[in-house]
Amino acid sequence: MSRQHKQIHLAAHFPGVNNTTVWTDPRSRSQIDFDSFEHLARTAERGLFDFFFLAEGLRLREHNGRIHDLDVVGRPESITVLNALAAVTERLGLAATVNATFNEPYELARRLASLDHLSGGRAAWNVVTSSDAFTGENFRRGGFLDRADRYTRAAEFVATARELWDSWPPDATPRPFAHTGRHFTIDGEFGVERSPQGHPVVIQAGDSDEGREFAASAADIIFTRHGSLEAGRAFYADVKRRLARYGRAPEELKIMPGVTLVLGDTAADAQEKAAEIRLQQVSPQTALLTLEQIWGVDLSGYDPDGPLPDIDPDPDSQLTQGRVRHGDPLAVAAKWRALSEEKGLSIRQTVIEASGRQSFIGTPEAVAAQLAEFVAADAADGFILVPHLTPGGLDDFVERVVPLLQERGVFRTAYTGTTLRDHLGLPYPGERG
Amino acid sequence: MAVPTGTLHLAAAIDGDGQYQAPYYVELARLAEEGTLDFITLDDTFGPPGPGRGRLDALAVLARVAPATGRIGLVPTVTTTHTEPFHVSSAVATLDWVSRGRAGWRVEVSATEEEARLVGRRPAAPAGELWAEAGEVADVVARLWDSWEDDAEIRDTATGRFVDRDKLHYVDFEGARFSVRGPAIVPRPPQGHPVVAVAATDPVTWQTAARHADVVYLRATSPEEAGRIRDELKRRAVAHGREPGTLTVLASIAVDLADGEGAAGNAPPVTLTETPGGPPLYRGGPVELAELITGWHTADAVDGFHITPVAPRHDLERFVNGTVALLQHRGLFRTFYPGATLRDHLGLSRPAGRYALEREAAR
Ligand SMILES: Cc1cc2nc3c(=O)[nH]c(=O)nc-3n(C[C@H](O)[C@H](O)[C@H](O)COP(=O)(O)O)c2cc1C
Repeated sequence: MSRQHKQIHLAAHFPGVNNTTVWTDPRSRSQIDFDSFEHLARTAERGLFDFFFLAEGLRLREHNGRIHDLDVVGRPESITVLNALAAVTERLGLAATVNATFNEPYELARRLASLDHLSGGRAAWNVVTSSDAFTGENFRRGGFLDRADRYTRAAEFVATARELWDSWPPDATPRPFAHTGRHFTIDGEFGVERSPQGHPVVIQAGDSDEGREFAASAADIIFTRHGSLEAGRAFYADVKRRLARYGRAPEELKIMPGVTLVLGDTAADAQEKAAEIRLQQVSPQTALLTLEQIWGVDLSGYDPDGPLPDIDPDPDSQLTQGRVRHGDPLAVAAKWRALSEEKGLSIRQTVIEASGRQSFIGTPEAVAAQLAEFVAADAADGFILVPHLTPGGLDDFVERVVPLLQERGVFRTAYTGTTLRDHLGLPYPGERG
Repeated sequence: MAVPTGTLHLAAAIDGDGQYQAPYYVELARLAEEGTLDFITLDDTFGPPGPGRGRLDALAVLARVAPATGRIGLVPTVTTTHTEPFHVSSAVATLDWVSRGRAGWRVEVSATEEEARLVGRRPAAPAGELWAEAGEVADVVARLWDSWEDDAEIRDTATGRFVDRDKLHYVDFEGARFSVRGPAIVPRPPQGHPVVAVAATDPVTWQTAARHADVVYLRATSPEEAGRIRDELKRRAVAHGREPGTLTVLASIAVDLADGEGAAGNAPPVTLTETPGGPPLYRGGPVELAELITGWHTADAVDGFHITPVAPRHDLERFVNGTVALLQHRGLFRTFYPGATLRDHLGLSRPAGRYALEREAAR
């Protein structure tokens, strides 16, 4: 009997609003036109990926009181784009990041169920939880939620959405639902017939203890950022251990870090390309700005090719708005200083060295081997690939790496099911009593 | 004989209670597009329309339809009472992006206690209050559409700037029920402003319709009644500083073409029957319907018609292949789309962004 290899799950992230996207590259095209979304989604489907992933932002980022102007900004609304993509793809899962803070369960459950119907069972929801008053200025409710309450609302939000989806059993008329909780008190009849997946797939992105616990209790996939093989294994073990508490088996939650990759004809070629890409991603302006985000003070007088500032960060600074924080600024600054001193790095070099995601760099053979190793070593169940080019950034991967993963027996050679749950090997939720 | 004063506009609803399959909607949309109709509409409400029937999110359906069609306008109902104006603005702008300039939005409110309890955020309110709020939503949504100037994205490699931040604008809207800071997340949509529609079937909607809508549907059983309402709506639009020609007024009628082929000339004159809560009902043949449309249009009572087929597949097919074909044959309705966007079909120009104009004026 041949040994069954653990299968890799792959997803494509549409390069969005951050400095990962190298818009200065002449091959970079629109991040808004539907053509771009169609190109990347079709590429992912040709590569038999599990799903296509869109992030979300609800307010343009600001720095020092002004709109940040160095990176790609401007994106269409996710669920609407995914509904349109459902027309030009057949099997690919379609995942939308949608905030649990600035939405209401009835409305969102309805929109997600609609996507699931219109795509024939391919919908997924990445539940994010930003709560800041800065984003809240665009919404009726404003910044009403304490940081500590983010996940209590998110957990109740997801639980409520599941109650709504379950209130309309297959082949039956809807039962009235009534939910009374801390964040929501709603009742009535759900307006959408049970969708093909029953419950769209739920993804969680967030790394705190509360975030992990929420994921263990309620998510089907975790989208993480952890870097090295060791960090990945520790995260993986920690999260999978938490599942038992909720009566769930380890395979019921897939762990998929967001990663970048660079392919070359030789190892040296790939390394050279990777270095070039990092230089494009971290321009001198971006390097200083990244530092200002940690220090919380104006550093425009510093030379990006010179040493790190010797002043300490201001931990209470409001200089930067709308970005996920790097963690405790004093600790981050200390770590970056140590790195810079140890290797003799300039500001720009330090930012390049310290701020990258996990990246797989090498020949197609080497990258296929690294991906397979990561998964075999239980550092991940798969990857959300974050290309640095829109929309052609995964063309090479699909043409050159996917066949190698298939040869190794670690990736599917055809879709065996039609829904995203099928691709992920996730159970279909039964109805509740 | 009066001479028709403007282009005839035709639109059709593709509503289907309890329909969940994308191909159903795609088929109807393509049929309407074969008839070169200006646009299709899809109704929506949070609550189920009847016991066990339910419906999909209308904007979602028309986004699914967009890549499967080429020219026809796509006008979903999107409600304003229990939704976030910022999200509404993004979703409609995105429908315009994925359809390459074919999006519209029918503004509607949620007045019932049932709908209020589904969301649980606020109790039901009187229609007058909700329509005033809907006007504020339409206003802030349009401001958000304008908050990116058309050429805000510069991709200037020399300075490393992707956007020109001077061409991104805070809207700083303070309404009675909400405030929005802006700018939008979605860049200015292809049409500048997707087309705004209001069913002005109740006078409570007239003020909001006259001020914010590009297209209104009214309910009338005679051309005289329709003409009176249209004049009133246009008078109010002018009072809001608008050009009367920027408001397209359509008569809403439900259409049942189940009976008889009919033949021009020898049938009794057709009439519309009032139906409680819905548009007046036309029942008869496609040829007589073409006569009715011609008559109302020639009398300059309306700019066109928004039809709701009673049995969507059957009645829309007969409408397109019977009524529309005849109107085309008579030269009263176009046989092809001369433009690409819904604004083109309606003869509406692409609006300049207000902040761009202000910035230019301030120079
Ligand atoms: C990999 C990853 C991707 C994320 N993507 C988004 C996003 O697209 N939109 C968003 O508003 N927040 C996003 N977040 C932020 C999370 O929703 C959350 O606010 C943040 O991680 C802080 O939560 P935590 O304290 O649990 O880590 C992302 C977080 C991670 C780790």
